[in-house]
Amino acid sequence: MQELINFGLETAKNYGAAYADIRLIRFKTQSISVKNGKVEEILDSENYGFGVRSLANNSWGFASSFVTSKKEIQKMAALSCDIAKASASLKNKDVILSPVEAIKERYETPILIDPFAISLEEKLSILYEAEEILRKKSDVKISQSSMNFILKDQIFASTEGAWIEQKITISGAGIEATAIGEGDMQIRSYPNSHGGQFATAGYEFIDTLGLKDNAQRVAEEAVALLKAKECPSKTTTLILDGSQLALQIHESIGHPTELDRVLGTEVSLAGTSFLTPDKLNHLKIGSDMVNITADATIPQGLGTFGYDDEGVPAQKVNIVKDGIFVGYINSRETAAETGQSPNGAMRADGWNRIPLIRMTNINLLPGEPSFEELIADTKDGIYLETNKSWSIDDKRLNFQFGTEIGWEIKNGKIKRMLKNPNYTGITPEFWNSCDAIAGEDTWVVWGTPNCGKGEPMQVIQTGHGASPARFRGIQVGVGR
Amino acid sequence: MMTRKEIEEIMKKTLELSTADQTEVLLINQKSALTRFANNQIHQNVSEKNARLSIRVIKDKKTGTASTNILSKKSVEGALKKALEIADNASPDPDFKSLPKNKELKEMDLFSKNTANYLPIDRAKNVAVIISRANRDKLTAAGAFSTGALTIGIANSLGVLKVATLTEADVNTIFMSQNSSGYADYYAKDVKEIDFHKLVNSAAEKALKSVDPIAIQPGRYTVILEPAAVADMLMYLAFCGFGALAYQEERSFMSEKLGQKITGENITIWDDGTSSDTLGLPFDFEGVPKQKVILIEDGVAKNIVYDSYTAHKEDKKSTGHALPAPNVYGPQPSNLFLKNGGYSTKEMVSSTKKGILVTRFHYTNIEDPLKTMLTGMTRDGTFLIEDGEIACGVKNLRFTQNILEALSNVEMVSEKTELKQAFFGFCRTPALKISKFNFTGATEF
Repeated sequence: MQELINFGLETAKNYGAAYADIRLIRFKTQSISVKNGKVEEILDSENYGFGVRSLANNSWGFASSFVTSKKEIQKMAALSCDIAKASASLKNKDVILSPVEAIKERYETPILIDPFAISLEEKLSILYEAEEILRKKSDVKISQSSMNFILKDQIFASTEGAWIEQKITISGAGIEATAIGEGDMQIRSYPNSHGGQFATAGYEFIDTLGLKDNAQRVAEEAVALLKAKECPSKTTTLILDGSQLALQIHESIGHPTELDRVLGTEVSLAGTSFLTPDKLNHLKIGSDMVNITADATIPQGLGTFGYDDEGVPAQKVNIVKDGIFVGYINSRETAAETGQSPNGAMRADGWNRIPLIRMTNINLLPGEPSFEELIADTKDGIYLETNKSWSIDDKRLNFQFGTEIGWEIKNGKIKRMLKNPNYTGITPEFWNSCDAIAGEDTWVVWGTPNCGKGEPMQVIQTGHGASPARFRGIQVGVGR
Repeated sequence: MMTRKEIEEIMKKTLELSTADQTEVLLINQKSALTRFANNQIHQNVSEKNARLSIRVIKDKKTGTASTNILSKKSVEGALKKALEIADNASPDPDFKSLPKNKELKEMDLFSKNTANYLPIDRAKNVAVIISRANRDKLTAAGAFSTGALTIGIANSLGVLKVATLTEADVNTIFMSQNSSGYADYYAKDVKEIDFHKLVNSAAEKALKSVDPIAIQPGRYTVILEPAAVADMLMYLAFCGFGALAYQEERSFMSEKLGQKITGENITIWDDGTSSDTLGLPFDFEGVPKQKVILIEDGVAKNIVYDSYTAHKEDKKSTGHALPAPNVYGPQPSNLFLKNGGYSTKEMVSSTKKGILVTRFHYTNIEDPLKTMLTGMTRDGTFLIEDGEIACGVKNLRFTQNILEALSNVEMVSEKTELKQAFFGFCRTPALKISKFNFTGATEF
């Protein structure tokens, strides 16, 4: 394989590439889901191919193929240079890459149990067991449990001499109960919505999730929501659980700190960012207690890896320090353009896509109080759990989120259940209203397995460390 | 690209090797390229050759599916073996009756040599037209221009053997000033159909007309939604309940509503993948010929779309709306149409005393699928209409709106329709004038 890849890199150089890299990747995935007592889906899939990214005439070109022969790699290397030259016909500035060390390394997700070595029978027995408990409540009309596993085996090599082999393993699982009745439909899920909780980990991670132990509560809450009071429309104190806060961080902090968005190169799909360069080290984006990092080194974080897809080592960088916006996530190109150092955030979702600036694990660092103390310290407000819907404008300012469930908080105690809760706000106002963040004992790195970006669309896995937090003066019950 | 013969041979050999009761093979081969531009230059420029072989087997009503993009004999045999192993471990599904049998297809012309043979330099030349116009107007252009060809083959052990090759050319662009933007897009089988000058006129005009937008208070307004905004609403509506799986599970807004009036009488929605007015396919991902299905007629809920599994459950016939197996979404409409009316957009604006014209929505999401409650933002050309004229640009607004309610408040429907991309295919819609559309928030730009 080394010979083939080196041949591809040499070909790119011969066709005029001043720089080229090749990623050759083998993916193996398994999706298993059980629904209403039957297997809904079992899909085993493999995917193999390579992509050549070339910088010729100071512009980018990329060509990829599923045929991994010497002839094809030669063809794609040449095509990537032709494409780069076509790009150069319409450029107003040269691409300059920030220098990096040419690393020769191997990284593997530390795992105890290979999820692909576990039998389907064993996986299905766990899923059936949890799903059956959901089904025991008669108003639960749809009961689901699922597991997903990904193995990404990659070689990254560049004309600068980098050779990095990486093997990333991802495991995840979840349950979901849908109660239908009285003209209404309510969903509860565990540990999180959108398929559950995910981590860079082996099959041992599944055992830690406690799907079966939480199934009865999930089913009962789904049914109880049918008769619960509608979330009122008002401005109030809001406490978000860690999983909803994770998506809040993702959408309102993570995306706007992507330097490609800031520099306008993602405008055609996702948009730009309110975090323009003049705001760096100046904007008070959150209250003093808001500290946010981008950290690709957290054990089991879904955005954890050894090296990004430009060969830059995984690292931890500050994004928000004591409420001040202090850092972007970047690429070699955007780092050079803005006088920064590359911080290892370039990832592609496959061999057939170019790397883009993607969130790693974007984390709100924990505070002091326990969750119980947070509630006890709140006279009047609403507590919301588990994301249901999400929407945010194309500069990442105006957002609106819906959650599966809410509760009234009165005089420091959780009271009535509320259904169909949603809340809205403007990003800096929202984060500046944060006056309490729960401590380390409730801090979890939540996995977001489905972050979309780019054209053609790429879907990548990110992580978000969060514990419950409190926000003052937030509008809830929008559109009632 | 693989030839039709190569694709048929792989599918036939896979079927021959299978020991299952029934077997289905889906083989997709694609060659595509995309040029992306921003800040008035090309910054990303990519091409891809890929394939996907997916094998679905059924043994004693137990289903297994495996897929690979490695098409060697060994790999195909490995995928088949894996699918059979999965079926052995799966539970029997009493609701599974059979894979579909073969049916004759309507012939469709889906291929354009112009698009299939388009080169990187050809794409660059047309992107130059876009950028040159942006430079002329001192605007910044961004967007994407893609061309590609796709062959879809589907075969099963009951005699289905269908292969179709199609081409598609898509372009979208945003023109921006310091504080405004305008959007335009176009989708075609033949890349030569795209009028780049017309496209840039539309995007530039919107960006220039919406300079220095004013802030307005959220509230209920009369809106004129241009086709891109209507298509966005329609594709989410379809996802909320035009498919038989959602209907059968009682999570569709159509559940128990068939035969009842659910929108205004001026609303008729159908799906037709075989129409020449869309970018369709003659068959679905089970090889079943696509049928035209009336979903809402004159405001009355009429039908939903089926694949073979959901059709068998109701003793009906598939309407040709299967997605690739395994499919947790169930059957879905892939080529939606909303019936046009008799008005021009100009007449819709001139008849409006006070309202808002919306070019498109951004980041729409479903808050409540049964109530068809959506939220999202306006983007790239939002205008205030006063006394029958476009007065100025307005800062973007957030809507939180029940879509069936909006479709009950349609006052005017445009004569002209446009083709837009949707979740599982395309959507051809007119512009709509809707009263009492609920804007619940505003942003800063």
